[in-house]
This record gives sequence, structure tokens and C-alpha cells, in this order.
Amino acid sequence: MADAPASVATQGTREPEGPAALLRLRGISKSYGTGTPVETEVLHDIDLDLAPGEFAALMGPSGSGKSTLLNLIGLLDRPSRGRLEIEGQDCGALDEQQTTRLRGHTIGFVFQYHHLISAFTALENVMMPLLLARGWPDAAMRERALGLLREVGLEQRKDNLANNLSGGQQQRVAIARALALNPRLILADEPTGNLDSQSATDVFSLMRRINAASGATFLMVTHNLSLAQRCDRIIELVDGKIGTQAKAPVESA
Amino acid sequence: MQTLFIILGVAVGVGVIIFMSAALAGQQANIIRRVLSAQAHIVLLPPQEIARPLRDDGAEAAIVQKPYQRIRSIDQWQKIMQETAAMRAVVAVSPMAAGPVLAVRGEATRAVSLLGVDPALYYRVIPLPEKIVAGGARLNAEDIIVGTDLASDLGVTVGDKLRVSAASGQGTTLSISGIVDLGSKGANQRNTYVALHTAQALLGLLGGVSSIDVTVKDIYAAENVAQAITAASGVEADSWIATNAQFYVAINAQYVANTTIRFAVALATALGIAAVLVVSVVQKSREIGILRAMGGSRTQIMRVFLLEGAVLGLAGSIFGSALGFAAISAWSNLVTNPDGTPLFPLEADPRLFVGSALVATLTGLVAAVAPALRAARLDPVVAIRG
Repeated sequence: MADAPASVATQGTREPEGPAALLRLRGISKSYGTGTPVETEVLHDIDLDLAPGEFAALMGPSGSGKSTLLNLIGLLDRPSRGRLEIEGQDCGALDEQQTTRLRGHTIGFVFQYHHLISAFTALENVMMPLLLARGWPDAAMRERALGLLREVGLEQRKDNLANNLSGGQQQRVAIARALALNPRLILADEPTGNLDSQSATDVFSLMRRINAASGATFLMVTHNLSLAQRCDRIIELVDGKIGTQAKAPVESA
Repeated sequence: MQTLFIILGVAVGVGVIIFMSAALAGQQANIIRRVLSAQAHIVLLPPQEIARPLRDDGAEAAIVQKPYQRIRSIDQWQKIMQETAAMRAVVAVSPMAAGPVLAVRGEATRAVSLLGVDPALYYRVIPLPEKIVAGGARLNAEDIIVGTDLASDLGVTVGDKLRVSAASGQGTTLSISGIVDLGSKGANQRNTYVALHTAQALLGLLGGVSSIDVTVKDIYAAENVAQAITAASGVEADSWIATNAQFYVAINAQYVANTTIRFAVALATALGIAAVLVVSVVQKSREIGILRAMGGSRTQIMRVFLLEGAVLGLAGSIFGSALGFAAISAWSNLVTNPDGTPLFPLEADPRLFVGSALVATLTGLVAAVAPALRAARLDPVVAIRG
């Protein structure tokens, strides 16, 4: 049960490990309202490793700090204490520009709500990270975005405005967009939260397929136990602390 | 919707600025043209005659009688005229021998100014031929051109004889070759034009000239040029700015008032753009957060909003130019003299349109700075959650 691909390491001296962790959290804490009477610590002393290619589910009741943890890992926010490494790089030492760069190239986001830009078509939404990284659009960029849409099965919908897609389709576009720069780590914040069970299963299967094909590491926040059980590992977050970490039963498929 | 409104707002602002600029330019050009049409930009005169007390013991009681100013020639006027003509700011020069004479026709007598000019040179300074209403602008030894009011006062017409006599008693009979309308009753009653040597003979200024008229390239630089001429040659140089000081002050006051209004309109437009962009930053904060999460840098976010401001300014100025052009056309067609010609011509200068498009774009850019900074500083976590 406890022999996850990357086990929880004890804090302190670095012990030799098998495969280098893609993501390594050591003693991460996050407080809000620091210096005010209502200072609250949301995350306490989190240690967490994710191995390359791992597909992990992050579960926990509302308010347990899942989204906060995801934002820290996604470099959208900075921890109050602790050390965060992505591919061996200490992210606390990066400046604003380097952080933006790392976020753009190494991390892909799939958000809880269908965070597409509604004024753009599906294709343009997928091209967006490429555009932000390169500055100017070109034909290769378009090809890459088309290929990604094909991968998520939405090539026919490429010219639809984001608002004219169903929830499941929007989330698939969002996944295609998250993949645009070939990130090593994909963070998904309840990607299936707003979908009916059929669409949820489709989207989840798509993510697993991409995980298998590209070897990208996935960390998915979810409330859906049946989906979580199809992940490599379930990390449970309770009151800002890592609870149990269970190796999920091997997928039947 | 708000984009449409702000573009319209910018358009109205730009339109007003274009129309006011054209109106101001047209009106001033019109007034100055009228003022300067019968007046040289700069007039060179011999130095004033000064009485100098011979006692130099500083006695303050000495009564110094002011000397009278004879009609005198400018010392070495040919040399001064050549030097002045060689100046880069000067377009044309023309010598003049002028003095008071009596114009006599039967029982009628009028005191008039006799202006002796070299027509070839003078007509480049004052376009007299354009103002001729009867006859021609020919000025031979026996010819005289008179103003319309003098002609009617004396009951003369083209071809009639007119006797002119100077205070010295010298007199001659000239034939009227043309009648001219100088645009002001005073000038039309007073000014008569004869050939230079005719005037020199009548006024006792043989070989001399009493003044030199100068035309400059930039009429607003006339005073500076006048001072440069005085410094170089020692003659007195009066620019039209100095001789029409009050008029010039009035023109300037109008210009300042107009500029203030234009600036205020531009400011109001800029504030409008800024307000719209601030609202847009709030509305788009989720999208901004998404862009940041996808690797968009603060600089890129900022650029988007700066660009939006500039585009709003540019789009508004394009509509505004059309509006301004329409207003100018309407003015030319609706506000007319009794004879149907525009009250004064408004010039739709292309430079004005290009200039206001540039200014509006720049204004939009500047107005977008604060909202763009705000957008760039947005915390992505808060933005996405919000």
C-alpha cells in the first residue's frame, strides 16, 4: 500500500533516491494575512514528491488547502516557508521573469472552470501559450495547435468560439492548451468538476492517455472517488496536512 | 458596447480639436492677411533725429526742445537694401519715397500720402495689382494710382488728370492709371501710388528713399528679423508686430485661449479612455489571470492594454477626422457672406488630420499606462479565483 513510486521522504538530510523527483516539496507552509491578527496557516509543513510520469490524485474536503497547494506548485503563489523544487531547480530562488518562464514552459494548467478565453476560437485558445512564449504567430504554431486539437478529438471544432462548445469540449480544449508547450508537469484543478459523468470519464481517459503517451506528470485535484481510484496514487490532504497516501488499485482496463 | 462609446467619445474630441484648429488657423490667416495686405511686414526708416544738449555738466534744468522730423533719405539705402535682401529670412525688399502732398481737382482738395515705389519691387511686397478695381497697376512717370474713396471724393475715374502739390510748392499733374481698394476706408482715402522718381522729385528726395519695405518668410518672426536688421545697419526697423502691438496681443490671446480649450478636450478624452480601460481590466481580470498562468509575463499583459489604449485613440481619431472634416465642410457651406462665399476660408490641412491621429494615439497610449500597470500587477491567484 505504501510503496508509491516516490515515497514520502523524511525531512532533513537528502537521502539518495532512485529516479530524480520531478516535483519535490519540503516543509512547505502557507499562511494568509501574515502580520495581521487573523493570520491563518492553510498548509502545514507539507512534504511531497512526484515522480516523472506519475498520475496522482489530490483529494480532500473543501477548505483543506488543495487549491492553495496547487497554486504554490504552479508557481502562481509563493510559500511562506519551505522549499519547492521542479526538476531539481529551487523555485524560491527564481525572480519574477524566470518564474514566468518556468511556469510557461514546464507547467500546464487545467482549471476547475472552463477557463478558456471566450473571445477566441478553440484553435486560438490552444495557440495562446505558444504565442505568449514566442511573441508572434507562425504556421508551425498553428500546426502544433491543430495537432493538439486532433489529439483531444476536437479538430472539427477548431473555429468555434470557446463559448459555443459544450462543457466537456471546453475542458478538452483546455487540456490541449495545457499541452501546447509540452510541459513536464500538468496541474488540473477539478477538471471534471462541472461535467456530467460521461464527459467526466471521457476527459479523465483523455488525460490518462496523454499521460501514457507523453510521460508528463499529472497532479489532479478531484472530488470524484471513482476517478481518483484510477490514478497511480491518491494523496489526501486534511486540514493542511498530508493524510494518507494510497496506491490506487491497478486500473482494470 | 463601452468600446463603441469610448471610440465615439474620442471621435467627438478629435473632431472638436480638428475643427477648432482649422477655425483658428483660418480666422487668424484671414485677419492677418487683411491687416498685412496693405502693410509691409517690416518697414526700415532713417534713424530719428535727436537734439543733443551741448552742455554735458549734467544740469537737469536744461530744456531740450524736441527736433522736428524732416523727411530724410535713409543713408546709403542701396547698400542697406542689398544687405537686407541677402538675409535668409527676407523674401522681398522695396524702396519707397513717401511724403504728404495735396491732391487737387478743381475746387476739391485732399491731403494724401504720396507713396513713390518701384512697381517691379513693390508689387512683390504688397500685391497691389490684386486690389485694383478699375484701370491697371501701371506706374510710369506720369501715372498715379488712387484709392476708391479718394477717387469718389474727388470725382475722378481712370484716365482723369489729378494735380498733386507738395508743401514746398512743387507740383505736377498726373493721370490716374488705376483705382485700388486697400480694404480700409482710411487707406482708401489717403494712399496714392506713383513711380519712385516722380515722388523723389516732388518731395525733394532726389536719389533718396524715405523707407524700405521688407517682406519676410515667417510673419511671426518679423520682430526678430527687424531687430537683426537694426543691429546690422543701424536704421530703424519697425515690424508689423510692433506697429500693430495691440492687434498682435489680441491674436495671441485668442491663440492661447484656443489652445487651452483644445488641451482640455484632449485631457477629457484621455480620461475617458483611462476610465474605460480601468473597467476593462476589472472585467477581464479572469482572462488576465489565465494568461499569466499560461506563461504570459507582466510585460506582455501590460503591452496588451497599452496597445488597446493606442488602438482606441487611433480608431477614435479616424472617426473624429471624418467628423472634423464634415464640420469644416458644413461651416464653409452654411456660414457664408451675403454673396455666398465662406465667411472666411477654413483649410482642411492634411497635416492637421495626421497630427491629431498621432496625438490621439499617443494620448490613448498614455491614458492606458495606469490601467496597464494595474493589469500587470494583478495577482494571478486572485484573478483566477475572482
